[in-house]
Amino acid sequence: MRVSELASKESRVSSASDAAPQYVITAENLTKRYGDVTAVDGISFRVPAGEAFGLLGPNGAGKSTTMKMIGGVSQRTSGSLDIMGLDPEQHGPEVRAHLGVVPQQDNLDEELKVRDNLLVYGRYFGLPTSYLKPKADELLEFAQLTDKANSKVDALSGGMKRRLTIARSLINEPRILLLDEPTTGLDPQARHILWDRLFRLKEQGVTLILTTHYMDEAEQLCDRLIVVDKGKIMAEGSPASLIREYSTREVLELRFGSERNASVGAELGGIGERVETLPDRVLIYAHDGEAALEQVTARGLRPVTSLVRRSSLEDVFLRLTGRSLVD
Amino acid sequence: MTKKEELTQPIQAAGTTAAGTALRAHSPEVSAARARRWGAFYYAEQVLRVMKGYGWTIVMYGVGQPVAYLFAMGVGLATLVESNGAGVFGGVSYLTFIAPALLISAAVMTAANEFTFPVMDGFKWRRVYYGPHASPLTPEQIAGGQIIAVTVRFLLQSAIYFAVVALFGAAPGAWGWVSILIATLAGLSFGLPLMAYAATIQHDKGQFAMVMRFIVMPLFLFSGTFFPLDTLPLAVRWIGWISPIWHGTELGRVVSYGYEEAPWLTIVHVLFLLTLAVAGWVLTKRKFAKRMAS
Repeated sequence: MRVSELASKESRVSSASDAAPQYVITAENLTKRYGDVTAVDGISFRVPAGEAFGLLGPNGAGKSTTMKMIGGVSQRTSGSLDIMGLDPEQHGPEVRAHLGVVPQQDNLDEELKVRDNLLVYGRYFGLPTSYLKPKADELLEFAQLTDKANSKVDALSGGMKRRLTIARSLINEPRILLLDEPTTGLDPQARHILWDRLFRLKEQGVTLILTTHYMDEAEQLCDRLIVVDKGKIMAEGSPASLIREYSTREVLELRFGSERNASVGAELGGIGERVETLPDRVLIYAHDGEAALEQVTARGLRPVTSLVRRSSLEDVFLRLTGRSLVD
Repeated sequence: MTKKEELTQPIQAAGTTAAGTALRAHSPEVSAARARRWGAFYYAEQVLRVMKGYGWTIVMYGVGQPVAYLFAMGVGLATLVESNGAGVFGGVSYLTFIAPALLISAAVMTAANEFTFPVMDGFKWRRVYYGPHASPLTPEQIAGGQIIAVTVRFLLQSAIYFAVVALFGAAPGAWGWVSILIATLAGLSFGLPLMAYAATIQHDKGQFAMVMRFIVMPLFLFSGTFFPLDTLPLAVRWIGWISPIWHGTELGRVVSYGYEEAPWLTIVHVLFLLTLAVAGWVLTKRKFAKRMAS
């Protein structure tokens, strides 16, 4: 696409003045019910072009359902949704033509070779073979799968399949990439390779929308995120601002043994700003973790282990919902 | 590419890494317009590519089965049958009599495979439908694409079958080749309602094996396949009347060797097969759209 074409297209996307950010996705009161179950309960958010936007929440929070509605494959119950100026329910094929989608479960063609998976997928966008052949090679390079081009998909490891799914989602050069739990089930090394690839896309100006229940992933990748629980938005902001707003600078983690945590937790009142007693440990939220630890030992309490760390999104989630992210 | 160029690159191309290529995808608008028009064919391409993986099975099924049946029935059984009243077969050899029936039955059996397990695979086992579902294709086009691909298989397989039959000298009429089209239609008329049913199955509890055993096999045996339907008692003759195999076979006999039947009956055969196929297609579209949009 030429720059001028893109400019004229983006001006259609948003009618706002030049100074205002151009939103590629606008959701208002988005709701999805399955019978009596409300999976998504009136959520509203806007995503400007080029942002990495995350939906953070535990399993069953409604993240995937939201992604399916954005992806134009699931009908909403109520509310409104606008993707690149289009309603996905009225213009499904047009909306989906703008997107790249990485689903939670890989659904590659296991019977086809790695490279053929890319070619076949590109055909769904009506892309000509003269474009697809060199493009497939380019994407295999990007996904570090060049030497697997002629292997069958079954022969790939989990991380490789995930990278192939991402490569597949890029075949139409989408401006918006939807990633549903991109690294769930991958080992740490495979996750880092994947994050690196996603960073590159972000640098290229691709809007990333991703769901995750890993706080480190959200912190690493997202410019801004919404914390979702039970279909509702609990908080919204950048990872740093959420931590500032909902947590202290540091956290002191103490373990007194599973039987004593609860009783000792009650004796820790007044240390730090807040004390959170979990079944396996006690968390003390304080500006200075080391100072808090001194106060604990001064009271004659001897934890089995102690750890001072920075606050994370996990703490934000715990504060907002009273529950841990990963059950 | 310098660092600066790399940073300006994004405006022009997302997801590209190779340096300096002029590779550009057409715009999303073009993708959507093409998918709206040709989407079913794009998906058919995918199914045919996968079929190529078991292409030999298709060819062997097309050649091996008729050779085995024609030899066993047409040569072996025929000597017995023909010496005991060849009259019931309308004055043609037993081989000529059963050849159209075997052609039609083979298409229906292929339908029973192609419109069952692959549908489960699409929705449930390997979820292959959900890849294209995220692209501009619609659920109706995905269903349509699969049907187009299987239709290609019907045509190919029936053409091979017919060629073998012709080699055995069992297709004397000039219009015999039309039975290739009839077999394809019979395959669709049995297969499309089955596909609609397959699209509603959430858990495979052996339903497809039941279809094979309790629907396909009785239809195969009692559809005037090996003996004229009117030699059967009325109590079981109805099986033939509701069977796509019988309607297809009778049509096949008309075109293969000029089997004489009332013209209105020929029209009924065609209408019966068309009605089942169209009803099956309408239902399939509906089930696919419903299941994939939830």
